[in-house]
Amino acid sequence: MSANLSAIFYLISGVLFILALRGLSSPGTSRRGNLFGILGMLIAITVTFLSIGNFSSGFIYVLIFLLAGGSVGAFIAYKIPMTAMPELVAGFHSLVGLAAVFVAISAFLNPLAFNLGLPGDIKLSSLIEMSIGAAVGAITFSGSIIAFLKLRGIMSGSPITFKGQHYINLLLGLTIIVLIFYLCKNQSDSFFWSMIAISFLVGLLLIIPIGGADMPVVISMLNSYSGWAAAGIGFTLENTALIITGALVGSSGAILSYIMCKGMNRSFFSVILGGFGGTNSAQQKDKTKKPVKSGNSEDAAFLMKNASSVIIVPGYGMAVAQAQHAVREMADCLKKNGIKVSYAVHPVAGRMPGHMNVLLAEANVPYDEVFEQENINNDFASTDVAFIIGANDVTNPVAKTDPQSPIYGMPILDVEKSKSVLFVKRSLSPGYAGIDNELFYRDNTLMLFADAKKMTEEIVKNLG
Amino acid sequence: MEIDPFIFRLSIFILSIFVGYYVVWSVTPSLHTPLMSVTNAISSVIIVGAIIAGLSGNIESIFDTSNIFGFLAIFLAAINIFGGFLVTQRMLQMYKKKKKNK
Repeated sequence: MSANLSAIFYLISGVLFILALRGLSSPGTSRRGNLFGILGMLIAITVTFLSIGNFSSGFIYVLIFLLAGGSVGAFIAYKIPMTAMPELVAGFHSLVGLAAVFVAISAFLNPLAFNLGLPGDIKLSSLIEMSIGAAVGAITFSGSIIAFLKLRGIMSGSPITFKGQHYINLLLGLTIIVLIFYLCKNQSDSFFWSMIAISFLVGLLLIIPIGGADMPVVISMLNSYSGWAAAGIGFTLENTALIITGALVGSSGAILSYIMCKGMNRSFFSVILGGFGGTNSAQQKDKTKKPVKSGNSEDAAFLMKNASSVIIVPGYGMAVAQAQHAVREMADCLKKNGIKVSYAVHPVAGRMPGHMNVLLAEANVPYDEVFEQENINNDFASTDVAFIIGANDVTNPVAKTDPQSPIYGMPILDVEKSKSVLFVKRSLSPGYAGIDNELFYRDNTLMLFADAKKMTEEIVKNLG
Repeated sequence: MEIDPFIFRLSIFILSIFVGYYVVWSVTPSLHTPLMSVTNAISSVIIVGAIIAGLSGNIESIFDTSNIFGFLAIFLAAINIFGGFLVTQRMLQMYKKKKKNK
């Protein structure tokens, strides 16, 4: 196949990828969008085979590795529980990063295959492009691994900080640039390898100081990085599909990071510099015990039965307890009694963008009952019961009243405006930000101390 | 004077960033998780580079270091492509409109 013809096909597959993202603008069109994406990928892979045309040598091995990877991927996709989506996505990011590094290494060792010149005499522009691709890819890889370990709970979610951390990162970052410069000057292998090694280290150091609940930002950021790495490789390979995709993914991740930061009212840099939510920022002002009203499932069922509208506010705790199905059952019971039920989802609820929505969808909650913060916040005032399950900081009124608070200015769900508030929580412990929620001590708040799933199931029994 | 092809690629890149910007803002927030998994899948189109690397060289030297890195990259990218698209499909399947309300 001629180079021009294959370039046109790569362009087509790039356009199909744009349509794949476009499809996600509504649930109705999203599945067709995904098919566009698959079609684009098929075209890109087929065209690559046809344009090489050399099936004699490694073709069979290429096919074996393709199918082996494909079966692993398919197996994971079918087996993974929906609550594990954040770590799955983090894991996938690491693979894209590592694949980018490997492709860059191949191109460096065998530039002839990619039309980039001879070993030791690679075109300057290609060398810069592949170095950037490899460096960003390596950072994506090791950073995603750390994010994966933290999300999976293998590594503690609390931030790991040490003195001079940011200076070390800065120094290492500058070292990468210097190494790329010398690599371009004399094309020596050792500069290339050390540049990659240091990039791996940077990715590691970049993510360890960031705490568990900031993971939505981290995941989005790594999503963005994986895109830029792909784009860097795309320039090296002079491949339009890869350049378009890299740009799409890069900007997608950047926008998601922005949305997540805005949801927490924190600047991107304060998240990246990390250290938030550790023990050091958890300053309890007064340890004096304030009176708390706590109840059991019967009280909760009674309250909700007599309500005419209920808003359910899910948070990360619901995901941990796998309570989404129980919650939907409860909603069904309430609806049978003629009570209006809706769900309010805060942008940063959970561990990744859209985390709660997926879990609710898994539990068969119709998506038109689930509302984003700005669309439902005004409804709390006219709501009888707000049922908060596994969320905390995103409901804390202190974000509006106390300028001293670390979460001051964060847009919150106005649950305190509803007539009564039910809090399903395991204990009175403060949330991620390490601050007390004054909502716990209000007269119209009833605390339900229990495991989220168990409590919800009991409520269902009492409603029945 | 002729324009360097790099400039054309750069133009495509910049314009695609803008396309991405507008397309992604129009994605409904409830689909942000599928957005991440599908962007994951499509960024694995990096496999085209891996395939070129894997197929390069001649019969005597299909296990050169550069080929091996190519094969490994194919493996990784393939996990992502199949895993990413399938898990996205699985998630989107759950967003089907529920007609019956028992």
